[in-house]
Amino acid sequence: MILPSFVLILIVTGFPLLYSIYVSFTDYNLLRPGSDVFRADIMFRNYERLINDPIFRRSLGNTILFLFVTVNLEYVLALGLSQLLARVTKGQGIMRTMLMIPMMFAPILVGFQFRWFFNAEVGLVNNALLSLGVTQTKIAWLVDEPLGMIAIMIATIWMNLPVTTIILLAGTLSLPSEMYEAAEVDGAGAWQKFRHITFPMLAPFTYIALTIRSLDVARAFDIVRMMTDGGPAHRTELIWTYVTRLAIEDSRFGMGAAMSLITVVISLFFTVYFFRQLVKVRIVQ
Amino acid sequence: MISGAVAPRKRLNIVLTNTLAWIVLIALALPALWIVLTAFRPASEINASPPIWIPREITFDAFATMFGLNPNVRQRVAVERYLINSLTIALISTTISVAIGTLAGYAFARFKFRYHTTAFLLLMFSRSIPGVALSLPLFLLFVRLGLVNNLLGVSFVYVAINIPFTVWLMDGFFRQIPYDLTEAAYIDGCSHWQAFWRIDLPLALPGLTTAAIFAFLASWNEFQIASVLTRSVDARTFPPGLFVFTEQFTVDWRGMCAMSVIMMVPAIVFVILTQRNLVRGLTFGAVKG
Repeated sequence: MILPSFVLILIVTGFPLLYSIYVSFTDYNLLRPGSDVFRADIMFRNYERLINDPIFRRSLGNTILFLFVTVNLEYVLALGLSQLLARVTKGQGIMRTMLMIPMMFAPILVGFQFRWFFNAEVGLVNNALLSLGVTQTKIAWLVDEPLGMIAIMIATIWMNLPVTTIILLAGTLSLPSEMYEAAEVDGAGAWQKFRHITFPMLAPFTYIALTIRSLDVARAFDIVRMMTDGGPAHRTELIWTYVTRLAIEDSRFGMGAAMSLITVVISLFFTVYFFRQLVKVRIVQ
Repeated sequence: MISGAVAPRKRLNIVLTNTLAWIVLIALALPALWIVLTAFRPASEINASPPIWIPREITFDAFATMFGLNPNVRQRVAVERYLINSLTIALISTTISVAIGTLAGYAFARFKFRYHTTAFLLLMFSRSIPGVALSLPLFLLFVRLGLVNNLLGVSFVYVAINIPFTVWLMDGFFRQIPYDLTEAAYIDGCSHWQAFWRIDLPLALPGLTTAAIFAFLASWNEFQIASVLTRSVDARTFPPGLFVFTEQFTVDWRGMCAMSVIMMVPAIVFVILTQRNLVRGLTFGAVKG
């Protein structure tokens, strides 16, 4: 029963992965036929080049910063929002529907939307800021440093907030109310209840949310490609946009393969880490 | 937690909570609303300076232009083509991946076998390989097989990409069904296959719907792989189509908004249909191991 699934995945992900590993040790350039031959003397050349490539180091740094900020900020915001929604007395249904609105946007649409909003000339953000008198000049959101990265982070958080919030909300609502009653009898305040009951009890839900999230980290590519495409001058270059630039636009396939393996390692690290945490908290309970 | 007679301080708390929740949610929904509104406004309002915040007029101009119904404007985007391509690919890949993934999910939920956990983990990890890493080798493979710009080729890739999440969802849904029922079927002389068809599958139907919707949306929204594997206008799907639109022509924000609205339609329908199952589907497995 499992066999068809595995065969398909082997073809579509197993083959490309193995091929990438092979190519990453060659100097394959799509424009030079025959350059995909393995030569022991140059097998680590791509990796050496990458280590010495300032743009690669920059994109790697940007990616790490980007992941660290978005995942953490998103989680804290989702936690706050889920606690708020769990306490709402009227209109829960309509609020949940509203919460799901960003989920209707494909990543590429999120990218388009924020590219337009942060547009310096006609963008919503500048229009609003000018109308409110916060600023007199038009801010070049997608050009200036570090505003470009911030804009991309805002777009990513907007896209991912609903799923995380919904999972944490479902978790909060499933917690047994007896514990809260007991805590109230003991005179616990709202913060104490959150700190000692809600937060620790939510652990499995937290890790489910983070596991699902980590499976999709690379979807940020669509957003960045649409908003800035890594530019200007690599200010918002993430590892995913740089791979695409090297491999597809410059046809430097060996180099692109070497780098895409690094993206695989990043994704795997996230998934394995969160999944192990999930298994751990499941066993404890 | 909140019940019975409410003290004034608590009442204030409630009002504050409700107000704050509304403010946050409206802030979250506003950007989306703005896109939809823009698609239905006349061009003169959008480019006005100072900006006009509240729409005064509703028009379907942008949509008419997009589908080539406006005699004054030459049609610039092959929206119908993109729509048909995207629908074809999404439907084919959803059907196949749900069928295959449900079988695997059932096996994981109901049977014990060697390397059970390892196999499950392997499946999940395959999902975490980013599209960037897959698209380039797949492109080379597809060039050799003559599958570039072929709708079936892209569907095939999407099937494999959708399977892990389908398995994860269906495994959870099948675990929710009490094993007693299946066991009773065995006692009555049902084979594994009959028990699956007659007992477990019908009970897991809501789960199946959820899985199908996730698979459909994932295929409908996918950009990275589609932009590498579909290069001609004839084969291009919607997301790369939108991207090309934003890159290629004189900037037409309203046209892009209209295109976005069309792209959102299936997602809107599905989110409304699955509101309930969505939450359940994502979260169980949290407490059950």
